[in-house]
Amino acid sequence: MFRKSLFVAQLCLTLLVCLFLIVPMLLSVLAGLTENYFVGLSSGLTFRWVIQVWQDYSDTIFRSVWIALACLAVNLVLGVPAAYALRRANNRWARAFEELLVLPIAVPGLATALALIAAYGGWSALRTSWLFILIGHVLFTLPFMVRSVLAVLGSIDLETLEEGAASLGARFMQRFFHVVLPNCREGILTGALMVLTLSMGEFNMTWLLHTPFTKTLPVGLADAYASLRLEIGSAYTLLFFLMIVPLLLAMQFLARPRGKSRNAATGKPESQSIIKEPVTP
Amino acid sequence: MNSDRAISICLQGCSKTFLDGTRALEPLNLEIVAGETLVLLGPSGCGKTTTLRMIAGLEHPDAGGTVLFDGEDVTALGIEERNIGMVFQSYALFPNMTVAENVAYGLRIQKMRKPQMQERVREMLAMMRIEALAERRIDQISGGQRQRVALARALAVRPRALLLDEPLTALDAQLRDVLRVEISQLLHDLKMTTVYVTHDQAEAMALGDRIMVMSHGRVEQLGAPREIYHQPASAFVAGFVGSMNRLRGRVGTDGFDCAGGRLSWHTPGVEEILFRPEDVRIVEAPVADLTGRVTASVFLGERTQLLVDVGDAAPLVVFADARKAHRVGETLHMQVDPCGLLTL
Amino acid sequence: MIGMLVPAAAFFAVFFILPMFRLFLVGGSGASGWAAYMAIVTDHSYFSSLLATFGVALITTLASLLIGSIVGVFLQRHRFPGRRALVALITLPMAFPGVVVGFMVIMLAGRQGLISQLSMALGGGRVVFAYSLVGLFLGYLYFSLPRTILTVMAATEKLDPKLEEAARSLGAGPWHIVRDVILPGLKPALISAGAICFATAIGAFGTAFTLATRINVLPMVIYTEFTLSANIAMAAALSFVLGALTWTVLALARSAAGNTVAAAA
Repeated sequence: MFRKSLFVAQLCLTLLVCLFLIVPMLLSVLAGLTENYFVGLSSGLTFRWVIQVWQDYSDTIFRSVWIALACLAVNLVLGVPAAYALRRANNRWARAFEELLVLPIAVPGLATALALIAAYGGWSALRTSWLFILIGHVLFTLPFMVRSVLAVLGSIDLETLEEGAASLGARFMQRFFHVVLPNCREGILTGALMVLTLSMGEFNMTWLLHTPFTKTLPVGLADAYASLRLEIGSAYTLLFFLMIVPLLLAMQFLARPRGKSRNAATGKPESQSIIKEPVTP
Repeated sequence: MNSDRAISICLQGCSKTFLDGTRALEPLNLEIVAGETLVLLGPSGCGKTTTLRMIAGLEHPDAGGTVLFDGEDVTALGIEERNIGMVFQSYALFPNMTVAENVAYGLRIQKMRKPQMQERVREMLAMMRIEALAERRIDQISGGQRQRVALARALAVRPRALLLDEPLTALDAQLRDVLRVEISQLLHDLKMTTVYVTHDQAEAMALGDRIMVMSHGRVEQLGAPREIYHQPASAFVAGFVGSMNRLRGRVGTDGFDCAGGRLSWHTPGVEEILFRPEDVRIVEAPVADLTGRVTASVFLGERTQLLVDVGDAAPLVVFADARKAHRVGETLHMQVDPCGLLTL
Repeated sequence: MIGMLVPAAAFFAVFFILPMFRLFLVGGSGASGWAAYMAIVTDHSYFSSLLATFGVALITTLASLLIGSIVGVFLQRHRFPGRRALVALITLPMAFPGVVVGFMVIMLAGRQGLISQLSMALGGGRVVFAYSLVGLFLGYLYFSLPRTILTVMAATEKLDPKLEEAARSLGAGPWHIVRDVILPGLKPALISAGAICFATAIGAFGTAFTLATRINVLPMVIYTEFTLSANIAMAAALSFVLGALTWTVLALARSAAGNTVAAAA
């Protein structure tokens, strides 16, 4: 009896929490497609608001995608080799550097942005360029790429693989491209999805780093929320969801255990942590 | 110390089907006498752990099954209400508590008064000879010590029965031998009703008053260790407990004619004879029952184990004197003790 | 091999270490000099917003730990059709930027929000609390809960079910098991999830920005100093202190939780 009521209480709380998390998303999707949200669904469904948002704000969407892709490219060039070096060095200094690398996540984006402005704000060619935003995004996303590649590198016997390749005559660069990279493909993929998602959604830094000519999607969202009618804000949010949700779902799919590498009898866990670092909204 | 509290345990028509439809246990009737140690023996997946968990109250039998403690129906009771002591394969000691706190945990749940509790804990630690470890954390003690703590914790609450789920499996071979003797003495002293699950036949022989051999959710044989060993009821038991040689053939006028020779067996209607390696003696040709060719010779220290091909499908296992070397290819003459001949 | 670290290290030094150092100097270059770094304690209005920030962050942390652990354990322990999809759905908010989280709160508790509409339909008048501290709390909860739930689910999966069986065999009831087995087992995960929760709530800007005006939390104060008052030195000092505080919280939690969960922060 007691157990039963305990179960019911837990179930109710779980349902409530799910509603709390899911309903606002649904409402905003709905509001973005409703002729007049205040009147309600009876006013009819329409793509009018979505089209209007696209006309007014498509530049922010394209800019966000562009910056996210550029951010990913920089991450691949900087982050993947860094992760490999950290894994191979694996000493006190490597760990200290890893600690340092995570600082831009621990420190609020506002502070990082102010620091960038304090240091380079006077250089107007950079200040007014999208590159300024890119720098902030790379700082913020680099730890995620490094960590997710490190996680995979930590789970494979890199030394033996490399020694094996070396015994067959492969030189350092050949080993890196033929052995190391293919073996941490999954970590790179997860990291890449994370980088795209985070860059696309980054607001705290971007809000201070942007100029009227370098607005990104979240900056445009903040504009729309503040000054336009609810339906437009919702339609804009809907477009944001359409871009970001596939990335998130792909990440969750990647985080699933794959049958081949698991022992069916021990039934190893589905690892659910997608983003292991704090993300300051 | 608990002998006055020993209870009988009775399972009536207990079967277990899991949610996914797999039948873990066929309907089982089992009577465990007060004070005895019953060993459930079998390979993994044979239903022995399910049986134990059913007695413990961690699993409930399918509808129609009943579990009785001293005649009292406890089927509906959960483990927390059955007052049994349980030792788990991985010990399941609470990592957030010290050794003493682990042992005291059941008493704390019973809201026993502090001085009494301390006294009982001290008594238990002394019994298991781990007084010195009382304040240690669980991750600071060895596997064998953990085993002792787990036993002390299970016994501290003065349980009505003791249930052990492969308690020695996680230990290395040497420690296992030592603890097997210790547990055997402990169980003997406690005279408590004990159910012991293992897949190790040596453990089962050493500890059980009776052994229940299980396979595929069924009972293959229930009996005293000697009975199980010397009169296996099925091919499965014969093969699972100890090693067993088998020879096919038929009963003729002078005995049982088989590949490699003739065994002194005269009861007709038999097509297969079984005997254990220790009943085979290596002899000179004139008195031999069987003759074969050595195909492998493995020196094991206290003896040499030979595989001998006599022309039947599987080679015979034969033990030879450790001091005498046998070469592969050598012809071997063997005599089989007639008392050791078995049929199924 | 160490050479492969050089590009990342150089980038990091030029665009993070150096600017942070510059920020530190700028913080001391204002009218009040280095005293700006003490202003967060000495100035009444800064101090009260520091308290408000800590207050909301603390309540958010406690609430999301409490709710998150119950829901996380429940979701991990029970299998039902669509469970995976549900978990995927409720973890989406984790990656939403603060502005979107703020908008979600507006959808829920704003002027045209669900709660307002429901209460009006029931004749209870318009209920709007999106733009207050309560709204901010809801927003923080909105992005903290998914992370806490996920962390708890992962930790629950690693709990040894045998420990609970052992406790039960010794007579422990549900509450005893929660207190003596589940909570101690989840403790490292809860500490790390709580620390991240607290740190993100301290530094969250987007959510506060969207819900805006009447909320006086530290990130908003910094933003106001920077844009409206053009008091760049004070903004720099405050944000440097904010960054140091956040980092300290994470570092403390990490040492408290031990190395096993260090990866989470």
